[in-house]
Amino acid sequence: MTEISRVPPVPPTLPVLQPGQTYDSETGDQGVSYGRVKQQGLDTTHGAILYLEEITVSFDGFKAINQLTLDISVGELRCIIGPNGAGKTTMMDVITGKTRPSSGTAFFGQTMDLTRMTEYDIAHAGIGRKFQRPTVFEQHTVFENLELAMKMDKRVKTTLFARLNSEQKGKIDAILALIRLHGQESRLAGLLSHGQKQWLEIGMLLIQEPQLILLDEPVAGMSDAETARTAELLNELRGKHSIMVVEHDMGFVTEIAQQGKVTVLHEGAVLAQGTMQEVQADERVIEVYLGR
Amino acid sequence: MSHPSTSSSLFSRPAWTGILICTAVLALLPVLNLSFPEGHALHISSYTIALIGKFMCYAMAALALDLVWGYTGILSLGHGVFFALGGYAHGMYLMRAIGRDGVYQSRLPDFMVFLDWKTYPWYWAMTDNFWYCMLLVVLVPGTLAFVFGFFAFRSRIKGVYFSIITQAMTFAFMLLFFRNNTGFGGNNGFTDFKRILGFTITAPATKACLYLITLALLLGSLLLCRWIVASKLGRVLQAVRDSESRLMFIGYNPLWFKLFIWTLSAVLCGIAGALYVPQVGIINPSEMSPGNSIEMVIWAAVGGRGSLLGPIIGAFTVNGLKSWFTAAFPELWLYALGLIFILVTLFMQQGILGVIGKFRHKRTALEKSRDRQSTSGETA
Repeated sequence: MTEISRVPPVPPTLPVLQPGQTYDSETGDQGVSYGRVKQQGLDTTHGAILYLEEITVSFDGFKAINQLTLDISVGELRCIIGPNGAGKTTMMDVITGKTRPSSGTAFFGQTMDLTRMTEYDIAHAGIGRKFQRPTVFEQHTVFENLELAMKMDKRVKTTLFARLNSEQKGKIDAILALIRLHGQESRLAGLLSHGQKQWLEIGMLLIQEPQLILLDEPVAGMSDAETARTAELLNELRGKHSIMVVEHDMGFVTEIAQQGKVTVLHEGAVLAQGTMQEVQADERVIEVYLGR
Repeated sequence: MSHPSTSSSLFSRPAWTGILICTAVLALLPVLNLSFPEGHALHISSYTIALIGKFMCYAMAALALDLVWGYTGILSLGHGVFFALGGYAHGMYLMRAIGRDGVYQSRLPDFMVFLDWKTYPWYWAMTDNFWYCMLLVVLVPGTLAFVFGFFAFRSRIKGVYFSIITQAMTFAFMLLFFRNNTGFGGNNGFTDFKRILGFTITAPATKACLYLITLALLLGSLLLCRWIVASKLGRVLQAVRDSESRLMFIGYNPLWFKLFIWTLSAVLCGIAGALYVPQVGIINPSEMSPGNSIEMVIWAAVGGRGSLLGPIIGAFTVNGLKSWFTAAFPELWLYALGLIFILVTLFMQQGILGVIGKFRHKRTALEKSRDRQSTSGETA
């Protein structure tokens, strides 16, 4: 345990994901690269990081998403709420390449067409996703989970000869501190509590250094204390990444949305959009969702 | 250490001790066979040498299977085809090396004379060169595995569907090789080898040499496999096994990882087959029968999959039992094999190694946490 205490604690204000990250400062890296270096290749000149335009996904005639149009700005923390079956998870599937839309376009920045990219290319381009059910590698230790997720060249040959350098180990330590799993790094991830798994998965997201983070019900099954801590964590990340949160827990949404935009989905389309207060006052929203 | 980079940390200390003792004992056997006359108390019979030589080839095949099944979660029921193709590639050289000493005293192998062929088919070109054939031993199973794997993995065929296709593949190859016109000796395959690189193949010294080469390559493969599974790539493979879709969402393309380990496994299996043929003296299409591939899976399961050492132990144990059973109660062997498989599946899911491991579990866990702590100590 003495070794662990030698690692300097991470001050809450320190940006965790500083190396090579430009998106949290002024946008406007056009003309610098031609998309060969993926992180720099993201063109966010128009201020938006994600555009979904008239996306439709139908499964055997059932339209899980119907003409959905949505965009997320750089550095924004956007909450998406909506009743079950509103198409929230399907929308994330479209953004991460798991599901191909029947029609419509999905752009990451100005240039990357997500509907034509594979899951791993999208992950490399800078979109990280946390699933509804915590999915960590249960047979790997916490440390190994973070090591696998860490942003680096993920091709076969480089992976075979990959050795962690001290900077990378430092990054893992910083994330461990952030997700409060310090001292647990050699435990198998399968042995963690539900809330700890959720955090580990968030940690795995952060260490990928994504520009856009998608969180699907991040506090599902968490205790009140864990939920509060997660809200705190998301508030720390605000502005450093663009974040999209899908959540049912209204208290949690109110906590993290603050004055930002909240989108209400219903039957696969946007029902209402605005601040939490505006949305809560909207009659249609009350009818389909909040009113009960 | 969590990220071993030196060979000394590839295995735990007791495992190293076991490996070194086994290697030393196995290496001593052919020496005892050659240096003491028959009837002497320390003499090891040539039969034993041939038997253990064969077991080592099986062990290498089981080791190769463990890379894909135990670590990556891809159950192959067709590894026999890679084993046999490696064997056939080496067999082609051995047939050419017979020269005019065959029954018909032709420069062509007997089975070609029998078919009334006048010249070698094009794919027999240059097979009189030993090193070219060694290249084929690696390239033929490797290429087949690469092409087959590419299409299967790209189509995201997984689990039992993949297993069934591999089974069908080995069956198809068996039927192909059974045909006389395929040019590989049909039903009888290749046999009656006379010499290898000029040495008489039946001479005890040649046999001992082949045995020692097999031992060295088995040990080398074990170390290579261990190095691979202990690398970050090994952890990616295990992640493929446990949650392939998650792996894609953190930016890995599972296709190339699966293809890499699948092809490597096929190559190792082919090398095992190439070592098997000169020691056993025959290769025929029955090596490609679905039953043979399934037996390989049983070796790995009995020894303990996902441990590399386990499948080696399993191959020796099951084949040792088989040798004894088929001599003592020939009709009962298949029942016994079935029973072993059922018992292992029900009561020893980690195989023989798992039972040993249970006794050592607590100690290892302690050591591991100590290792990890010293690793994180280095970072500070």
